[in-house]
Amino acid sequence: MRIEEHPIVGFQRGKSLQFKFNGQPLNGYEGETIAAALHAAGIKVLSHSHEKHRPRGFYCAIGNCSSCLMVVNGEPNVRICVEMLQEGMEISTQIGKGDILR
Amino acid sequence: MKYTDVLIIGGGPAGLCAAISAAEAGCKVLLVDRNRSLGGQLVKQTHMFFGSEKQYASVRGIDISKILLNQIHDKENIEILNDTTILGIYEDGVITAESSGIYMKIKVKSTIVATGASEKTLAFPNNDLPGVYGAGAVQTLMNEHGIKPGKNVLMVGAGNIGLIVSYQLLQAGVKVAAIIDAAPNIGGYLVHASKVRRSGVPIYTRHTVKQAYGKDELKGATIHKLDENWNPIEGTEMDLDIDVMCIAVGLSPLCELLWQAGCEMKYMNELGGYVPLRNERMETSIPGIFVAGDVGGVEEASSAMVEGYLAGINAAQSIGHTVCNIEEKKKDLHDQLHALRSGPVGTKIREGITQLQTVLEAAASSSL
Amino acid sequence: MLASTGVPTRVDIEKAFPNEVRMNQGAAAVIECFQNIPCNPCYTACNRNAIKEFQDINDLPLIDHEQCNGCGLCISKCPGLAIMVVDMTYSEHEGLLKIPYEFIPLPVEGDIVRGLDRSGKHMCDVKVVKVLNTKYLDRTPIISIAVPKEYIHNVRNIGMGD
Repeated sequence: MRIEEHPIVGFQRGKSLQFKFNGQPLNGYEGETIAAALHAAGIKVLSHSHEKHRPRGFYCAIGNCSSCLMVVNGEPNVRICVEMLQEGMEISTQIGKGDILR
Repeated sequence: MKYTDVLIIGGGPAGLCAAISAAEAGCKVLLVDRNRSLGGQLVKQTHMFFGSEKQYASVRGIDISKILLNQIHDKENIEILNDTTILGIYEDGVITAESSGIYMKIKVKSTIVATGASEKTLAFPNNDLPGVYGAGAVQTLMNEHGIKPGKNVLMVGAGNIGLIVSYQLLQAGVKVAAIIDAAPNIGGYLVHASKVRRSGVPIYTRHTVKQAYGKDELKGATIHKLDENWNPIEGTEMDLDIDVMCIAVGLSPLCELLWQAGCEMKYMNELGGYVPLRNERMETSIPGIFVAGDVGGVEEASSAMVEGYLAGINAAQSIGHTVCNIEEKKKDLHDQLHALRSGPVGTKIREGITQLQTVLEAAASSSL
Repeated sequence: MLASTGVPTRVDIEKAFPNEVRMNQGAAAVIECFQNIPCNPCYTACNRNAIKEFQDINDLPLIDHEQCNGCGLCISKCPGLAIMVVDMTYSEHEGLLKIPYEFIPLPVEGDIVRGLDRSGKHMCDVKVVKVLNTKYLDRTPIISIAVPKEYIHNVRNIGMGD
C-alpha cells in the first residue's frame, strides 16, 4: 500500500513508530497522520454512525468532516486525519459520543 | 492578549499571498493556520499550474507552496501561528483562538479570512461505506503521505479535481476503472481529460452512481446512464469491481467564521454555496473583515493567489498602510483576475460574482 | 466529440499537425490545445517566437510551423502536456515523436514498447530512441519514439509492462 517510487514526489519517511490499534500492535512513521498509518496497515473502518452503527472511514482527510473520530490515548473525538502519529499511541474505536475529559 | 495589524486566517494559497502583500505594505501580520504546516492544499498538488508567469504557470503546486513560504519566512513582520484554530471573531476586534488546549485572545485592526473550502458529497445508497472518499482526501493520502488508497478506483466527477486526481492515481500506480460525470460534457480542462484518456481510462459522461455495495468496506459499485432529463435509463447498469470510490463533485466554501462574525451571506450555486457579500476590495459587509480565495467563492488556486494579494493590499490600506504605486498594483491584480475569469471556462464564476455585485448594489440603493 | 470523451477527433488532430510539406522538412511542434483556457506558458517557453504572443490569455495557442524548429522547449512547460514534436525525416518508414511522459518506470533507449492512441488503445509497437530527463524538464521527461509513418497521427502515448 505504501508508494516506494513516484515520478514526481520523493517521500521521506521519518523514523518507524510503534502504536496500538484496539490493542493490536502496528507500525507507522513519524510525520504521518494516524489515519495515514492506519490506512497503510489496511484498516479502513474507523468509526460507526451513532444510530445505525454503520461503519465509517475518513472522508475529507483534512479535518473538516468528523468522519474519522477515534479515541486516542483515552481522549475521545480526536480527528485522526489531522492528528500526527506518535510513538506508543493507543488508538481505539470509539463507542458512543465520548465522555468529556476529566 | 496578542496584538497585530492584520490577522490572516488560513495559510493556503490565498492566505500566504495575503500575508506577503500586507507585510510588504508594512503591516505587522499574524498568519494563523490550524494545521501543523502551511501551504493549505498546495502541498498535494503535484501537477503544473495553468495561468501566466505571474501565477506561477508551469510550476507544480507543491513547488509554488515552497516559493511562497520562502517569501513568508524572509519577512520579519510576519508571525506564524500554526496548529492554531480560530474560534470566534468579535465586534470589538478581538479574535479568540486555541492551540494545543491553550486558549488565547488576539486584538486585530483588520482580518483576512482565507479558510478555503471543503469537499461536497453525493447521495446514493451506501455512500457512507469506508472506501468512499473525497477525491482530495485520496490526494492527501497519496501525494502527502505516499500511501495508495486501494487497488481500483472509480472517480465520480470529471471536473478538474476528478481529472487531476485520476491522473495522479495512475502516477502512483493505482488503476482507475473509470471516470463518470452526470453532466453531458466533461467539466474540467480537456487537456487534463486527454491525459487520462490516452492512458486508457474511460470517461463516461451522463453517468452516475446507482449504488455502492459492501458490508464493512466498499466492494463494488453499480453505475448507470442518465437521459437528457437526468433520469436513469433502465438496462444501462454497469457493475464495477472497485475498492475505492472518489467523490469529486465540487467544493463548498468553509465560511463558518464569517457566519459567526455576522457577515452578510448569500447562497450562490455558481460559487459553491453560501458566500459572503464583498466589494471589489474583497471586504465583507463588516468593515475590517476581508476574504480571499475559495471561502469567497470556489475557483482555481491561481485566482485564490491573486485575490490574496488583493485582500492583503486592501486590508493594509484600510488601516493606513500603503506601498508605492498602490493603485497601479491593484489595477494589475484586478486585470489578472479578469484575465483568469474572462474565458469560457470562467463563465460560472463570472455569473456568480456579477450576481453578488447586483445584490450589493441593491442593498446600497435601498439604504439611501 | 472531445468535450464528452476527452479524445480529440481526427479533424482536431490534423489541424494541430504541420502541413505535409513542412512535415517532410523536419521536426516541428504539435499543440493539441483545443479549448480556451487561461494559460500561456507555451508562448513564454518559445525562444523563436514560433508560438505567438497571446492577445488574451484564454486564446488558443497560435504556432507558426515555419518558425518552429522542433526544439521541444515547450513540451515540458505545457501544464496540460498537450505538446509533442513530430519529425517525419527520421527514417524512410518511421517518423519520430517526442512526447512528455510522467510515469515510472521510464523506458530505456532501445526498448520496444506499445504505441497507444489518444484513447489508450494499442496501435502498434514503437521503438524508444531517446529518454531525456534533465533539470529543465523538471520531472516531465521527454521520450523520443520511432513510429511507423502510417501511425504518426495515431500514436500519442506509450504503454510499458503488461
